Amino acid sequence: MSLLLPQPLSVSTPRPSFRSEAYWEGCRQHRLLYQQCAVCGYRGLGAFTVCAQCHRTSPVWEASAGRGSLYSWTVVWRPPNPGFRVPYAPAVVRLDEGVWMLSAVIGCEPGELHDGLRLSVQFHPASDEITLPYFSPAEEGHS
Amino acid sequence: MSSHPFRDVAIVGVHNTVQARRLPEHDSTSIALIGALGALADAGIAPHEVDGVVGPDCAQIALELGLGPCTRRPSSLGIPTVLDAAALITTGQCDVVLVAAGGAGIHTERTLTAPWTRPTNELVVGYGLFTAAEFALMARRHMLTYDTTPEQMAVVAATIRTNGHVNPEAVYSGRGPFSPSDILESRMIADPFHLLDCAMTSEGGCGVVLVNAERAAECEKPLWILGGASDSFGPAYTVAPVWDFQPRRDADPAGMVGAHAAKSAFAMAGLTPVDVDVAELYDPFSFEVIRQLEAFGFCSPGEGGPFVADGNIGPGSLLPVTTDGGTMSFSHPGINAQQLQRVIRAALQLRGTCATNQVARAEVALCSNGGAGALFCDVLLLGRERP
Repeated sequence: MSLLLPQPLSVSTPRPSFRSEAYWEGCRQHRLLYQQCAVCGYRGLGAFTVCAQCHRTSPVWEASAGRGSLYSWTVVWRPPNPGFRVPYAPAVVRLDEGVWMLSAVIGCEPGELHDGLRLSVQFHPASDEITLPYFSPAEEGHS
Repeated sequence: MSSHPFRDVAIVGVHNTVQARRLPEHDSTSIALIGALGALADAGIAPHEVDGVVGPDCAQIALELGLGPCTRRPSSLGIPTVLDAAALITTGQCDVVLVAAGGAGIHTERTLTAPWTRPTNELVVGYGLFTAAEFALMARRHMLTYDTTPEQMAVVAATIRTNGHVNPEAVYSGRGPFSPSDILESRMIADPFHLLDCAMTSEGGCGVVLVNAERAAECEKPLWILGGASDSFGPAYTVAPVWDFQPRRDADPAGMVGAHAAKSAFAMAGLTPVDVDVAELYDPFSFEVIRQLEAFGFCSPGEGGPFVADGNIGPGSLLPVTTDGGTMSFSHPGINAQQLQRVIRAALQLRGTCATNQVARAEVALCSNGGAGALFCDVLLLGRERP
């Protein structure tokens, strides 16, 4: 048995940039935000300042319902630094809003991971300042 | 008269320094300089003839070789540096260009994975992402879509690691031979990649010398750039590695990175994949070779796994791949040198001077850099015949 869990505090803490202050503030409040172009509605990959579709410079932050499907995953047994608790499962999640995001799946066994697995967001502290969104299998009736 | 853009550029010197797990007497620049001097000696060209240096250490090389005033281009990563050097010559800015790269003294904290594998971007760092996981996230989509298997990936790793086993110049010379089951029995790193599916880390340097056609006439065995191109979808290890990320609706998605570059390179060369005698593919992880075989058109999408399992990439086969042992066994000194080493091995194959796994009468070699997990891929076609 190797239940996938959140990482211990301060093992590897993101340093917010000016692009993403709103994202991290949302996480602190347990709200998952994503960026969308205010003009054409394009939802990009990563944090952006210019829309990759219409090239306007007015992205806005929208709140996600925090649900999505598992798109890809790996199960790591040799971490980049020994502070990480293994195994852990970095994953690409396709949010229901149509946005891909990188996260990690927790709350199940590695063997339960499969394409399209329904997931919901869960927030866990990564340090005193940073809260990190993880995803766990969605409960019955909510997917 | 040919109008080929690189008709007037030749590769006339290549060199690898000694490659080892550690080279304690060196740093990256000092070993790049040894690679540079070796490539010049190989070409029979005196350092004072160099009027351009390309690579991350170009300024220091210009200083230490006493080349000033000379042109510098601080670009990085193997194939792009060779194409930049070629462009300096075709545009008449330079006559003799030195490309050099090295890595030493970078990976010193051995409880951690190598520093170049550990992204610091805020959106990935908290999840323990590193290169093996990034490439695994691409491999997973291929497994889901095409039923590609760890056993097929293990064939790639066993083939390339055995190529290194027989190569006396490889860091892991004599460590094999390897069977696919050896790969599958090694410990899991980032599923589906076992330890032996992954590149190793080492130290070493290398160099390449390019000259104009006039100077090449005085050199032995000049080799020619038949085609070259690069694809990028964005910065490596910063955003989620998504196979289906497709910013241009009329182009391939990120999982096929390199497909566009390969088409461009083959078009420039007037060749197709069947014309390639040897493929020095960049091999950071076993799956990446399967992916590149598809992206470059050696087989159809989804056919890469069966292609390698059917015995098409080993010595003496249809398409010998990464014949010196690549980054899994020959050397992987960091960010730059091992990318340039694909070009060097391709050149040695075309010269017919490889001590091991020489492909008989190789006329056309393809080499590649990068990979889907890093969102970039470069392709270079070299040949014995002037285009």
